[in-house]
Amino acid sequence: MADNLSSIYIYRKLFFTNLIISACTFGGGFVIITMMRKKFVEELHWITEDEMLDMTAIAQSAPGALAVNASIVIGYRMKRFAGAFVCTVATIIPPLVIISVIALFYNQFRDNRYIAVALQVMRAGVAAVIFDVVFSLAGNIIKTKSILWIGLMAVAFIASYFFNVGAAVIILLCGAVGFIRVCLADRRDNSKTKTGGGQP
Amino acid sequence: MIYLQLFLSFFQVGLFSFGGGYAAVPLIQNEIVETHHWMELSQFADLITIAEMTPGPIAINSATFVGQQVAGLPGAIICTLGCILPSFIIVLLLSCLYMRYRSMKGMQGILSGLRPAIVAMIAGAGLSILLLALFQSALTSIKLSNFRIVECMLFLVSLFLLRRYRISPIAVIFGSGIVGTLLYTLLPS
Repeated sequence: MADNLSSIYIYRKLFFTNLIISACTFGGGFVIITMMRKKFVEELHWITEDEMLDMTAIAQSAPGALAVNASIVIGYRMKRFAGAFVCTVATIIPPLVIISVIALFYNQFRDNRYIAVALQVMRAGVAAVIFDVVFSLAGNIIKTKSILWIGLMAVAFIASYFFNVGAAVIILLCGAVGFIRVCLADRRDNSKTKTGGGQP
Repeated sequence: MIYLQLFLSFFQVGLFSFGGGYAAVPLIQNEIVETHHWMELSQFADLITIAEMTPGPIAINSATFVGQQVAGLPGAIICTLGCILPSFIIVLLLSCLYMRYRSMKGMQGILSGLRPAIVAMIAGAGLSILLLALFQSALTSIKLSNFRIVECMLFLVSLFLLRRYRISPIAVIFGSGIVGTLLYTLLPS
């Protein structure tokens, strides 16, 4: 999609998109994922929906902050090492600046009533942003009409939300399920073509 | 010397914080409170509060804050670099493998299994934040009497605007912050 764009344009876009998203993202890694999806998948069409989910899985499988990891994968996908570097720098500048400033004025910041209220009510907006994306993504999974994937989604949700099963465990198990499914489907196809080939 | 110590401490935090976010908190606490005594426990609690209240990953926020307190701005930068270097290397390797092998059948299978899992985890994160917004507590300690009508309205209006008019998420987050703060300030409680 982005093949015909100039490199400078892509670097600039990567830098400023990551910078803005990082500066405005309250509430943890998955918020950043949903914002990135909105920008890179829906708006710019640089990345497909499936790629975005794959890259989220990669970001989840590595140690470290999800937001930083996701920006590294996206940068790498667009422009290899240089892209990953640009995205990482863009992602860490806002927390670096904001926290350095707050560290200087911590007491005033902590005791300000308006800041406390604003941070609480903003969670409602953050939740809405995540649910918007969840509806779209879950819709895609449901559209596959595959009981396996829909069931896997439900089980993964229950495991992670109600039983606090770690992300690493869920990723490993679900990856294994997908792998086994492909192997079984392969074997079925092979035996079909064999019996089919036996009849003239 | 202090720079090297800071770098190595946060390199470890970055390397071992699987699961992101709160997974890093005990690691950081161990490094800066117990091992190196760079901070008191009460300062550390403040640090977590700030890290939660501001945008950005909790590990990066803590790294910056500790570095700033211990060795000024250069310290902040060194800690942040130490913290992201392990993920940078590991994520690059994984991305490289992904780009090279993603069209293989086995890899396709694995990835198709991961997609529903990722959607489920995003949904879980969303639900946690929603409950925090509506009841100011986690699932296990919800009290119906704590229900916040203002946050509920903000959530529904935001969701409607996002889905119907596709307005930008950043506008939604800051919009809800401004409208909510105004409502709480102007309305008598």
